[in-house]
Amino acid sequence: MGEKKKKIIKTIKVDVDKCNGCRACEVICSAFHAEPKYSSNNPARARVRVIRHPLRDIYIPVYAGEYAPAECMGRDQYTIEGKEYEECAFCRASCPSRDAFKEPDSGLPLKCDMCESDPELDEPMCVQWCLNDALIYETREEEVEEDAVAQQEEVEIGLEALAGKYGLQNVMDAVARMSKKD
Amino acid sequence: MRYGETGFNLEIDLSRGNIERVENDPVDTELYLGGLGTNAKIMWDRVPPEVDAFSPDNLLIFSAGLLCGTPAVGCNRTIVTTISPQTKLLAFSMMGGFWAPELKYAGYDKVIIRGRSPSLVYLYINNDKVEIRDATHLQGKGSNETTDLLRQEVKDSNAQVAAIGLAGENRVFFASIEQGRSSASRAGIGAVMGDKGLKAIVVRGTRDINVARPAEFHGLCSEVLQYIKKREDNPIPGVMPILAGLGSPQEMKIHDEKWHTESFMWGNSRVRRKDFWTEEVASEWTQTLENTRTRLISCYNCPMKCGGTISIPGLPTYMMKCFSKLTYTMAAFSDLDFGLKIAQRATEYGVDGFSTPQVMAFALELHENGILTDDDFPEMPSDSEGRFYYLLDKIVRREGIGDVLANGTYWAAQEIGKGAEEYAHNNIKKIEQLPLKLSMLNPIYFLMYCTGEKINITQIEGQFPQMPFPKREQREEFVKDWIQVPDDRFKQYFLDWELRGDNSMPFYPTVEMCCDIVDWQEKMHYIDDALGMCAGLSSFPLKPPYHIHNYPKFISSGAGIDMDEDKLTQAAKRYRTLIRAINVRRGMRREDEKPPEDHWKKRFPELEKDLLDTYYKFKGWNEQGIPTKESLEELSLDYVSEDFRKRGILTGNGDTPAADTPAKEEKE
Ligand code: SF4
Ligand code: SF4
Ligand code: SF4
Repeated sequence: MGEKKKKIIKTIKVDVDKCNGCRACEVICSAFHAEPKYSSNNPARARVRVIRHPLRDIYIPVYAGEYAPAECMGRDQYTIEGKEYEECAFCRASCPSRDAFKEPDSGLPLKCDMCESDPELDEPMCVQWCLNDALIYETREEEVEEDAVAQQEEVEIGLEALAGKYGLQNVMDAVARMSKKD
Repeated sequence: MRYGETGFNLEIDLSRGNIERVENDPVDTELYLGGLGTNAKIMWDRVPPEVDAFSPDNLLIFSAGLLCGTPAVGCNRTIVTTISPQTKLLAFSMMGGFWAPELKYAGYDKVIIRGRSPSLVYLYINNDKVEIRDATHLQGKGSNETTDLLRQEVKDSNAQVAAIGLAGENRVFFASIEQGRSSASRAGIGAVMGDKGLKAIVVRGTRDINVARPAEFHGLCSEVLQYIKKREDNPIPGVMPILAGLGSPQEMKIHDEKWHTESFMWGNSRVRRKDFWTEEVASEWTQTLENTRTRLISCYNCPMKCGGTISIPGLPTYMMKCFSKLTYTMAAFSDLDFGLKIAQRATEYGVDGFSTPQVMAFALELHENGILTDDDFPEMPSDSEGRFYYLLDKIVRREGIGDVLANGTYWAAQEIGKGAEEYAHNNIKKIEQLPLKLSMLNPIYFLMYCTGEKINITQIEGQFPQMPFPKREQREEFVKDWIQVPDDRFKQYFLDWELRGDNSMPFYPTVEMCCDIVDWQEKMHYIDDALGMCAGLSSFPLKPPYHIHNYPKFISSGAGIDMDEDKLTQAAKRYRTLIRAINVRRGMRREDEKPPEDHWKKRFPELEKDLLDTYYKFKGWNEQGIPTKESLEELSLDYVSEDFRKRGILTGNGDTPAADTPAKEEKE
């Protein structure tokens, strides 16, 4: 099967206790991913979203993860230290049940890409702009098994689902836009 | 394409229920910048001096600053402009928080409200969708309560809400507009909102804000962020802790209140308690704050933490900003526990944290001195704390004596008579000031108190140290990295400033230097209010990240308006002068420009006259404080000069007619 490969795992550790709720992470993420870079700003396009309920003292920066074509069957509700968190509060998915992690005009899913860019950044932008250290960037090396074929299949399934939902043209536009950025 | 701004205003007529989206003129942005600047232009053009605060023809303008919504750190101010019921002059309070950027993302620079709704409504703005909606179910609800209910109603926890409480609904002259962790509090703008029948504005936006030269603008923002980091790691030595760092005074963070409790006045700005701050008090108050403050919080896109979430067992949670931590405590001769508790109710009611406690202490002083009697306070509790709650409720509901007190100490004293005027002793231009009573006249502060039209000392001071540093070496150290000065001469002023001797107050800084220093400090506040920048990162603290040298670059690369220091200075002078013109047209004159009689013990009438004369000249105003024909024309404000001539405020040759005393008439 696949061969063992060394891979850098990038992690952003979130310390919600240190968050002051400023949304600077959203601001800079959206500016960084604007085309051309920094030309516009719109937190609704950010790939990190701070779920805020100031009067309940809830501040959770959540990162956009995988696209989910359908919403979950069951939902979770957490109570931590007496605070009740809403359903989906900790979920990273761009999913039909909510507005978060979708481009506001096209509705296309957004995903955190760890600010992939050339040359590579020392730290992702949101981490750089969070002076309160609520977001800490860490990297570690891991051995992973890579199966190129399986991966390709996964991509195709994902694309089909997207095309089914948004129309092939929208998806192609998005791909075109994404490749312009590289 | 428009940069920085959206290019559109919302025009809302509440009488007719009309909503229009109107393109604004980029030429005005170039001349008046935006925020306060363009608000002033609209107020001049559309609200003549005959229009009362509570007239449907009065406008209530909510404006985002020019750079709000861009990544410029800390640029999040909403500038609310209207005619004040308290001063009858222009009110231009602003608030931090999250509202202004959201308005920009919804696609608007300003919301301009006129008319009066027949029943209580709220305005819902969600990108293109703008609706006037029924709010009768929110009648009497607190400001935080309203915010919560409206977020549920529009099913969007990201919607930003600016709301009034009961005080605004009942047109209390010092009612605020509350917005979560921030509020626009001074001069009674919440009362105007209530008069218009507008309970709240809910805004949500998901559009882009563009900047003209992205890489350059981002570079500037990054520099500011780096500077903030550096400045926070290196507080300024030799000044007290709350002045050493950036942001608003860090009242939610610090525990040591020795300076405030022992230097500021208690009660109705009367009593100084020099040995108040004992170890016992310190530990009790520390405990109180530690037990109730759950988190330090910021405004939009700002790494500072000037606010605090306060959760007191048995009371709803609220957010506190800054000095209201102590105003109730000190007015009532009580403790921090009381101060934090009553501030919760006051926040829901939506009242100004400076004026309100003073109005209540004033009422109790009148009671003590027999000017008001027991009959005026039926069933009033006997303890100080109980009395404050009692009075707060009476005022906000305008019940009994509360109806009189709800107009502030100045107007209440006029109505009560019997010598009550003597007790309304801490006002400038009819508004309650910080409770400070000092010894030696400070010539810089004298000018700021007299001529500040935002009528709060914190909204004009900053940049220049409040006091000389004792040793020359300290001063030399201080000026080394003082890059913010517009010119090196300011460093010299400070280097030569001594605590004692020839170069000490009140005769040093010299009159000319004072004019220069005050003008610089004021200018930075006016620029902030046009750009939407937080004063806590700019005009208020020493050595801030934003200053006259980098602002032009922010405006050029952000808003795409060619800007340099001279042009920026000229623009700020233009709308600053226009604001003065609005107030002059409403009767403001030299005799209105004075600090409270008892602000300083040692006064110098001749010097004070010289200071004001020279400063007026410096500003291009005549001896009455009226902008002259020449200075107006130099600022392309010919239309003001023409209006002044027509109204007889200036004669054809630019003088003030001798018989011009409208300000006096109004007082009688
Ligand atoms: S930048 Fe940091 S402190 Fe600010 S909201 Fe994001 S995670 Fe919280
Ligand atoms: S790591 Fe980069 S892409 Fe991901 S949320 Fe942060 S700024 Fe956005
Ligand atoms: S410095 Fe303080 S008051 Fe100013 S924007 Fe930041 S958090 Fe708000």
